Amino acid sequence: MPDSLPPDSVGIVTPQTLHFDTPITLACGQTLDSYDLVVETYGTLNADASNAILICHALSGHHHAAGYHSMEDRKPGWWDSCIGPGKPIDTNRFFVVSLNNLGGCHGSTGPISVNPATGKPYGPEFPVITVKDWVDSQAALADRLGIQCWAAVVGGSLGGMQALQWSLSYPDRLRHALIIASTPRLTAQNIAFNEVARNAITSDPDFHDGRYYDFETVPRQGLMLARMIGHITYLSDASMGEKFGRELRNQAYKFGYDAEFQVESYLRYQGERFSESFDANTYLLMTRALDYFDPAYEFDNNLAEAMTHAHCEFLVLSFSTDWRFTPARSEELVNAMVAARRKVSYAEIDAPWGHDAFLIPTPRYTDVFSAYMARVAREVNA
Amino acid sequence: MRTDLQIIEQWINPGSHVLDLGCGDGTLLDYLQREKQASGFGLEINPDHITTCMGRGVAVIEQNLDTQGLQNFDDQSFDVVLMTQALQAVRRPDKVLDEMLRLGREGIVTFPNFAYWRLRWYLMRRGRMPESETLPYRWYNTPNIHLCTFKDFEALCYRKNFRIKNRTVVDGQHQDRWLSRLWPNMLGQIAIYRITRQED
Repeated sequence: MPDSLPPDSVGIVTPQTLHFDTPITLACGQTLDSYDLVVETYGTLNADASNAILICHALSGHHHAAGYHSMEDRKPGWWDSCIGPGKPIDTNRFFVVSLNNLGGCHGSTGPISVNPATGKPYGPEFPVITVKDWVDSQAALADRLGIQCWAAVVGGSLGGMQALQWSLSYPDRLRHALIIASTPRLTAQNIAFNEVARNAITSDPDFHDGRYYDFETVPRQGLMLARMIGHITYLSDASMGEKFGRELRNQAYKFGYDAEFQVESYLRYQGERFSESFDANTYLLMTRALDYFDPAYEFDNNLAEAMTHAHCEFLVLSFSTDWRFTPARSEELVNAMVAARRKVSYAEIDAPWGHDAFLIPTPRYTDVFSAYMARVAREVNA
Repeated sequence: MRTDLQIIEQWINPGSHVLDLGCGDGTLLDYLQREKQASGFGLEINPDHITTCMGRGVAVIEQNLDTQGLQNFDDQSFDVVLMTQALQAVRRPDKVLDEMLRLGREGIVTFPNFAYWRLRWYLMRRGRMPESETLPYRWYNTPNIHLCTFKDFEALCYRKNFRIKNRTVVDGQHQDRWLSRLWPNMLGQIAIYRITRQED
């Protein structure tokens, strides 16, 4: 908990729930007649609504991207390092919108919400949501907020996929897309990791085919395992080595199978904490959205052809030790943009933290991000 | 803007799609975008230059010519491919020139002329590798690993069947002087060439 708020914090923020009554038709063919989106905003929308930035969250993210909910909060929002006064996404200049996506478990309509048709939680009946569906719901949100065109749509990892999808679904409703530590589609290895995570959840006896709410239980063990495997892919060998090495919790080996190495107890702790705060059905849904994302698919697997439909400018950033979405995946995207003659800038940031590096401010990352956003601000007179 | 860039700028048609290899802080591309409605990209590896480019709205891609090559760009996908003051620093200048004319209809290159009289004099008088304002390095730490002369460059163009559309020289202050035009291999300090594979 901070005694006083840092000067470069957006301060105390309050989420709001927006209700949407216009039905949304999803990629899977189903329709949601109405839904809620939980949203936080930082900064002030200018008179011509040209300074709005949309923040898209990653797998386990949510609407609380920056600032604190109360003075009792232990930590600020998940991307507080990049959003705030004087930070790369400068809230003195921009109006920043951050939401919890459909299918999430932090207040927006998702598997834990009550299905109006049955009066019970959706559970496994909640439709599978795709990145494209999210972008459609975000467009409805933009309409509600009076934003015709985002100055930029920004996201890391799965959030970057949403930024990319925005450029294709609504090419004239954003000026810039910032795609950070992301990929134009998952590799077989990426999908394999997701499958292990899903299997951990669905094979938990407490999962009950996704109807665990009815049994007043939670597949905690499965979620914990899913998070543990996910967490390993977010870090790098080097950063884990530096943080834990082979350090033991006690002096000597105990010749048993309890958590003896520090890295084991760290992973268990992370997994347990996550399993207490995240919904298992949402985890399945988010990982599936990752698997399905592939904008080139409907263009005969020609990503360059897909990119010719975009009108905005792009910033693509990758991180040297990210082995989940390697720099090569970002370069594949950049090459497609170049071939499509889209305006794109690209940098590979040298950082030791693996995939998680997009959440951690390093001098070069901050410099590049700030320089690009300052130019976006100038362009919209923010 | 530097005189060599001013000369290059005159050789680029409005609306051209340009690739600038080693674009530095993006001065030339920025100018071409604003004054000539050009589009295109700069490749750069210096982090500070990359940041400056991004801040001024020049599309810059972090890519190392020596280690990554240019295979990620399609044949004849640019009107012009530029390389200013970098030819002498790449591992295989001949291959880079081939690549430039694979990607672009035209290539424009500038490089320091190693046959410039002051460098000849330096070597003759002192018997040591020349250092000058355009080549301010020691032999062991210089990035300029493939220095050449006007004549060397033209011999290479001849061997490769490149057509030289224009050539000019400037001095160390990038000024265009009549004397250096008179006897470029002796009096020209920086060479500027515009080459193509095509006959027109």
